Amino acid sequence: MRTVTIDPITRIEGHLRVEIKVEDGEIVRARSSGALFRGIEIILLGRYPLDAQRITTRICGVCPLAHATASSFSLDMALGIAEKIPENGRLLRNLIFGAHFLHNHILHFYHLALPDFVDPRGSPLEGLLAPGGEVHDRRFSPEENRKLLSHYVEALNMRQKAHELVALFGGKMPHDMSIVPGGVTYRPTPGDVAAYRFRLQELKLFIENAYVPDVLLLAQRYRDYFQMGRVGTLLSYGGFPEEAGRGLDKRLLPAGFYRNGKAEPLDIQEVREGVDRSWYEGEEAHPLLGETRPAPDKEEAYSWVKAPRYRGEPCEVGPAARMVLVLIRGAPSVKFRVQDFLREAGVEPEALSSAMGRHLARAVETVILLEALEHWLSQLDPSGPVAVPFKIPEVAEGEGLAEAPRGGVGHWIRIESGRIARYQVISPTTWNASPRDGRGEPGPLEKALEGTKVSGDGLLEAGRIVRSFDPCLACAVQ
Amino acid sequence: MRERVQTVVWFQAAGCTGCSISLMNAAYPSIINLLLDEVVPGEKIVLRFHATLMGPTGQPALTVLERIPAEKAGDYVLVVEGAIPAGGFGAVGEIPMEERFRTLTDGATAVIAMGTCASYGGIPAAFPNPTAAKGVANSLSTVGVGVPVVNVPGCPPHPRWFVETLTHLLLYGPPRPEELDAVGRLKVVYPSLIHENCPRRADFDVGRFAKGFGEIGCLYELGCKGPYTEANCPYHQWNSGVNWCIKAGHPCIGCCEPEFPDFPAPLFRKANAQEAISSFRRAK
Repeated sequence: MRTVTIDPITRIEGHLRVEIKVEDGEIVRARSSGALFRGIEIILLGRYPLDAQRITTRICGVCPLAHATASSFSLDMALGIAEKIPENGRLLRNLIFGAHFLHNHILHFYHLALPDFVDPRGSPLEGLLAPGGEVHDRRFSPEENRKLLSHYVEALNMRQKAHELVALFGGKMPHDMSIVPGGVTYRPTPGDVAAYRFRLQELKLFIENAYVPDVLLLAQRYRDYFQMGRVGTLLSYGGFPEEAGRGLDKRLLPAGFYRNGKAEPLDIQEVREGVDRSWYEGEEAHPLLGETRPAPDKEEAYSWVKAPRYRGEPCEVGPAARMVLVLIRGAPSVKFRVQDFLREAGVEPEALSSAMGRHLARAVETVILLEALEHWLSQLDPSGPVAVPFKIPEVAEGEGLAEAPRGGVGHWIRIESGRIARYQVISPTTWNASPRDGRGEPGPLEKALEGTKVSGDGLLEAGRIVRSFDPCLACAVQ
Repeated sequence: MRERVQTVVWFQAAGCTGCSISLMNAAYPSIINLLLDEVVPGEKIVLRFHATLMGPTGQPALTVLERIPAEKAGDYVLVVEGAIPAGGFGAVGEIPMEERFRTLTDGATAVIAMGTCASYGGIPAAFPNPTAAKGVANSLSTVGVGVPVVNVPGCPPHPRWFVETLTHLLLYGPPRPEELDAVGRLKVVYPSLIHENCPRRADFDVGRFAKGFGEIGCLYELGCKGPYTEANCPYHQWNSGVNWCIKAGHPCIGCCEPEFPDFPAPLFRKANAQEAISSFRRAK
């Protein structure tokens, strides 16, 4: 038996350390640790409630929209205006956040994940991607390899265009500005709508002609990775409201909990966050009652990530969870998309929650969102209001649930004397990269790694599995 | 033209990767120029370490980082993204970030503090600063390290601010004291107050103020920090010039100022005169 520590895990967001124990060519135990704590939940205490969505946006520079959206949802509820968001406000929030998914999924596939599979040697990318001149288990033909490397470079431009798409209505990226409680701050002009439509068209061409075929090619060459990194217990808060208000059922991507082939509606009261193996003091609690008390010297702990559980179960969140729930609870138009995709890749729905399935799920989600963005754009009314006025109450509570590119993100706020009295965030990677809980149950990432057959020290397989989750540690630990 | 090669090491500490992602939005030179060919013709950079983009992972990646100070002593630029937290709150390769950062400064010719967190502490150092986080210059001054530090604040910084600063280092060397302002930034990159060049300035001058989000008028009453924030956002705008905070109807939140985000006034409350004066530390 040997223990391999992978730290830093590169080509993800933030500081993740993974330790694997390898015995007879198999990972028998895995531990994932978040290696950085900033304390943003503590920093928010005592501030004016509206500062929350600007400060929480800065939890993450890769997916600031996730926090802008969840924070604004939680404040919409606390301020009693969740049902009053003007139609333009709802559409613009979707258009801003949805465009960000295009950015995220393109960046993740080409720049974070693909370097694990292509051979950059002899190309201008060798210095960055294989400085030691060493690569393993490369399966593409020289021609495929050349094409993928050229798409890596083209994707640098494409993700930049996707950021322009976000900024057109969102102000700027990273750290978008215009999503606020009550709606958005920006009134788009017809010229902005044209500019948005134009870029969306350019991205659509790239997504249809490069991204989707490239993902399917990868899936074909690395079919064994559909059997690796499986989790199977899945959760989604539901993404992109199709109606103003907080009904999780009226969302484009449905909410729910999935296990053993069955999906059930989500009961958010069943979420608990524990800290048994995390560097904090405190008891397991629902996030509205949760707290953040760092204890860097806590003996039995090994991570800054807390351990959220749903009815006591660790759950995978993210594109695989969303697409599985779309298959069961989604509207026919989106459901057919996923079915087509699975047929083309030649895999069953259960394979989505795997190292390769997550790439597939991201690709089909990107296609679904392209269509949704076009639809939302066509519904905009440039002369209508974009935000609703509000007053900050003395005492209130709010809950904001959204789906970020990496999975469900939740913000919970309590306002007392007009100030933030409590603020808790559970981000997608808090779910996915959580450590063991009080019952000894491993987090989803740990579970995905354990039992994996590896060649050599396991660095290659572990890296591919970890990256399939698109981890974001700045989100996981705020 | 003869090509010079500059080694660059990009170290991430207590941050959010937003500065890296922002740099990926660079226009001329583009991120492709920066990564694959030249920053300016004749000047190439080799990004030896950048955890978000580099191929190697785990020990092979760590080895690159650990060998740099000896292998490239006196011949690399260190870019730091994120604040430097106290010992127990952040580690890379099981060694505290603080220690890694100090080791890396040893052989660097200059340090670029990328973003407000690296420049002044920023978000993690906001009250009550739970991790005793510090900006680069502050962290170094406590141990008396003399390497030149140039701040490129912003949350995140505009990609152009980084490119301008890096180009200065490549073509003209570390800035002379008179080229830096009182808070360690290149004066040419942070030339004037947002308020002085704001497209909504005419609204301010005639007293037409927005009272709520999405309304027409100057954003001062909504808490705009444009009058205390030095940056060239109104000129260059963001994301290839498609938009920026104030155009988008959002008050400036002063993200490139040392006090961010702890202004005397909350982000969305108009500062009173006294607060405004005390917050504007360079008291013009």
